Amino acid sequence: MNRALRFLPLLVLIAFVGAVAWRLSSPADQKIPSKMIGQPVPTFALAPAIPGRQGLSSADFSSGRPRLINVFASWCVPCIAEAPLLTELKHRGLPIDAIAVRDRPEDVAAFIERNGDPFDRIGADPESQVQLALGSSGVPETFVIDGRGVVRYQHMGPIEPGDVAMIVQEWEAAK
Amino acid sequence: MKHWFAFLLLVAAPAWADSELPPARWANEQLPDPRQEAQAKALMEELRCLVCQGQSIADSNAEMAGDMRALVRQRIAAGEKPETVRRWLIARYGNWVSYRPPVEPVTWPLWAAPLIFLLAGAWLLRKRMVRRRS
Repeated sequence: MNRALRFLPLLVLIAFVGAVAWRLSSPADQKIPSKMIGQPVPTFALAPAIPGRQGLSSADFSSGRPRLINVFASWCVPCIAEAPLLTELKHRGLPIDAIAVRDRPEDVAAFIERNGDPFDRIGADPESQVQLALGSSGVPETFVIDGRGVVRYQHMGPIEPGDVAMIVQEWEAAK
Repeated sequence: MKHWFAFLLLVAAPAWADSELPPARWANEQLPDPRQEAQAKALMEELRCLVCQGQSIADSNAEMAGDMRALVRQRIAAGEKPETVRRWLIARYGNWVSYRPPVEPVTWPLWAAPLIFLLAGAWLLRKRMVRRRS
């Protein structure tokens, strides 16, 4: 047998251990981006998350003007962190609607009381069904929907100060 | 100082990352039709939980997995075929969400691997046989 070939199993082992060690030390990006980008918003109609406010339906996204959908929840801590930035986006002229995932009316009301209310409409999604239909895999997430109701952009995780310009840019691009 | 820290740990409220709503009805309740429930169960075992990424939604306790189980059961109860439900989820989350990889150019090494290993094994074995006979 070829002498060099004797070391083949050892090399295979080293390659295997190396691959495992590499992946353990730098885990792969676990974000699951939505495949709905470029697709029309799925048809849905959500009841208002707070009595007296407007609910949210897919028909609200054919107004000709791009809008944001913020997928949030009162029980989500990073959602508190991004709240001031949503208010800033609102001040910059971006219309924002929201989907409150697995939430209770009194909790949503207390949340916007405490953290600001940049939302035109807030739909209640008690069983995450619209969240799943959008291809969203967590809270918070923010989608840009263009004026014809097509999903243009998805921001996963809380909006950080450095993300504001990017979101404004994506919203402008969706016009 | 140490005791103080231990005390703080004791009284600190854990930061809940879950909502306070009960699970969706069909997250943990079986469908009345056993045939549909069997179909739903088989599909749930092949769908990946989005937030606890090594588990199927059948195995996971995450709230989102519960809501995905509810989605699967409701759609199957409404008469959809399991493959339609799977395609619906793949259209949203990609092939990643399904544990059953599709047969397409990207996955051919995966499907060919068993055959390649079998052939390699046969080749090794053949060499041994030849040597022993001589």
